[in-house]
Amino acid sequence: MKILNLLKIAIAAIRRNKMRSFLTMLGIVIGVAAVIAMLAIGYGSNESIRSTISSMGTNLINVMPASQNRGGVHMGRSSSPTLVVDDVTYLQEHSTMIDAVSPEVDGSGQIVYGSNNWPTQIYSGNTDYPYIKKYEIASGRMYTEKEIKTNAKVCVVGQTVIDNIFEEDEDPIGKSIRFNNIPFKIIGTLKEKGDNTFGQDQDDMILAPYTTVMKRLFRQTYLRAIVVSAKSEDEITATSEEITTLLRESHRLGDSEDDDFEIRTQEELISNFGSISEMMLVLLGSIAAISLLVGGIGIMNIMYVSVTERTREIGLRMAIGGKGRDILRQFLLEALLLSIMGGIIGVGVGILASNIVENVLGWPVLITSHSIILSFVFCTFIGVFFGWYPARKAASLNPIEALRHE
Amino acid sequence: MEAKEIIALKNLHKHYYVGDETIKALTSIDLTVNSGEFLAIMGASGSGKSTLLNILGCLDLPTEGDYFLDSVNVKTMNKNQLATIRNQKLGFVFQSYNLLPRTTALENVELPLLYNPKVSNAERRERAEHALTAVGLKDRMKHLSNQMSGGQQQRVAIARSIVNNPVVIFADEATGNLDTKTSYEIMALFQELNDKGMTVCFVTHEPDIAEFTSRNVLFRDGRLMKDLKVQDRKSALYALSQVKEETFDEL
Ligand SMILES: Nc1ncnc2c1ncn2[C@@H]1O[C@H](COP(=O)(O)OP(=O)(O)O)[C@@H](O)[C@H]1O
Ligand SMILES: [Mg+2]
Repeated sequence: MKILNLLKIAIAAIRRNKMRSFLTMLGIVIGVAAVIAMLAIGYGSNESIRSTISSMGTNLINVMPASQNRGGVHMGRSSSPTLVVDDVTYLQEHSTMIDAVSPEVDGSGQIVYGSNNWPTQIYSGNTDYPYIKKYEIASGRMYTEKEIKTNAKVCVVGQTVIDNIFEEDEDPIGKSIRFNNIPFKIIGTLKEKGDNTFGQDQDDMILAPYTTVMKRLFRQTYLRAIVVSAKSEDEITATSEEITTLLRESHRLGDSEDDDFEIRTQEELISNFGSISEMMLVLLGSIAAISLLVGGIGIMNIMYVSVTERTREIGLRMAIGGKGRDILRQFLLEALLLSIMGGIIGVGVGILASNIVENVLGWPVLITSHSIILSFVFCTFIGVFFGWYPARKAASLNPIEALRHE
Repeated sequence: MEAKEIIALKNLHKHYYVGDETIKALTSIDLTVNSGEFLAIMGASGSGKSTLLNILGCLDLPTEGDYFLDSVNVKTMNKNQLATIRNQKLGFVFQSYNLLPRTTALENVELPLLYNPKVSNAERRERAEHALTAVGLKDRMKHLSNQMSGGQQQRVAIARSIVNNPVVIFADEATGNLDTKTSYEIMALFQELNDKGMTVCFVTHEPDIAEFTSRNVLFRDGRLMKDLKVQDRKSALYALSQVKEETFDEL
């Protein structure tokens, strides 16, 4: 029998029972839509975490004072000041691997400008700091080496700060603000970064030379962290190892002594969050797969009913020359067509649902070709698998008995 | 036209086994049918008519004995070969029409040709239109089967049975669901086909329907009791003109 004729027969049979065909497909439609939407949500959050983390810096390595337990009491990070500017200098002089390194000092405080005030965070580093942490200038300029040397009271401000203390058409550059009562002159503004995945406003900050912040603002000699950028993603691990060696030298730690600092890389962060969202992906994926499976069982169920209901039709087809294998193929093809059509509609509904989730709930979604292909393969498999038994039942009918069937 | 033997049954038996009981549905049947005959297979209910027709139609195999169709012993053929024979050499008409519902007359008639890989799309369409024209349904080709009257549905079924140019048509109680007038119309159609040379084997238990055929074989309890040539076949068209219309016209 010609495949085209078979297709014609199967399509005609599907069209003859539009309502039943639709109901048969419905399970698959819902299943596939669920798979597409769930994977889109899963991949979307995965991707947004990844991009948040990589927007934190260029191949970033964070060196922080070690958190220490003394007498069973957990001391906060700030209580173990082990990192100093000399460590940065030591790294600059001795490292062969690092791309750039900067001290990092931060703290919170109140900005006052005229009668406006705004609580915010101040970050500071050397001239490499903006590069390492991916801060870019929108207007004006960044602080210079000279300003660092002279502890100049200059700063670069983020958009949220600008929005909250200046009038709409006021140019912040050249204006003088007070941060914790220390006057700072604004020399530039930062490009907007928006919110990160964790909901933090990345523009609610100001940036200043670390010398100014350490000596004039907080009067401290230790650093909150040393930030390093490795030359490439591949070299992050090796660079971290070199930093460990160099800092142990700089801190004159003996072989038996533990590190008095901790190294965190972006990779670690990504893989930490990566494994969380992978778990979520598996969870979402299994829920979706179960609904697809239920859809498949629905197909089998309705195909079985359909075989019984169409017993006389099957008998007739056999009487006028349909062979067992023609009947088998017809029913198999019907199941396959139904599940593939259900799959196509399901992909459409799934994309629609993902868009709704993105626009209404504001969740990040990512529809990958891989999830579409996956659902199609699954659909085809379901069509064949669950269509097989009813089709075999149909093909094994005895034509005489089938024709007598009431 | 030279009459050719197309059906020959030699000492044919058919037994059904139900539990440990044996039902002898047909016993020692010898029968030959030549091309161009219009055969009525008669007998009371349960006498074995349908059993015989199923064997003749290659839907079932005899328990014992031989059946030669067009000089080929069907015993030597497997299921698929039998299906091909049914598809290309035989036509079937059933009591309950067995049309596909919600499907046009034309598509119903095309159906047997869909199972024949040698027939092209264009040829299939043309032959189906031709067959529907022959049964007087030229104007109703696109009508849906379930929106037609019983008589019209049976005409579609007859068109379907002749669309593959069969050597013989088998009809089992083809007028059983129809009123007298419509039955006569259907018999007139069979007579017309028979006049054009088509061989017809027609199962019926109604003697007045058998009068329209050219040969009557009578069965009782699975045995062939009588085999009579009908001397002057009654014209169904004439009978139709005699039917008094007590009720309104079926239109
Ligand atoms: N599939 C079957 N299984 C068992 N007995 C059957 C079967 N088909 C027919 N019979 C029996 O065979 C006999 C002949 O039946 P059938 O050929 O249908 O008669 P008719 O068509 O003349 O009414 C009956 O006694 C019937 O009960
Ligand atoms: Mg019968």
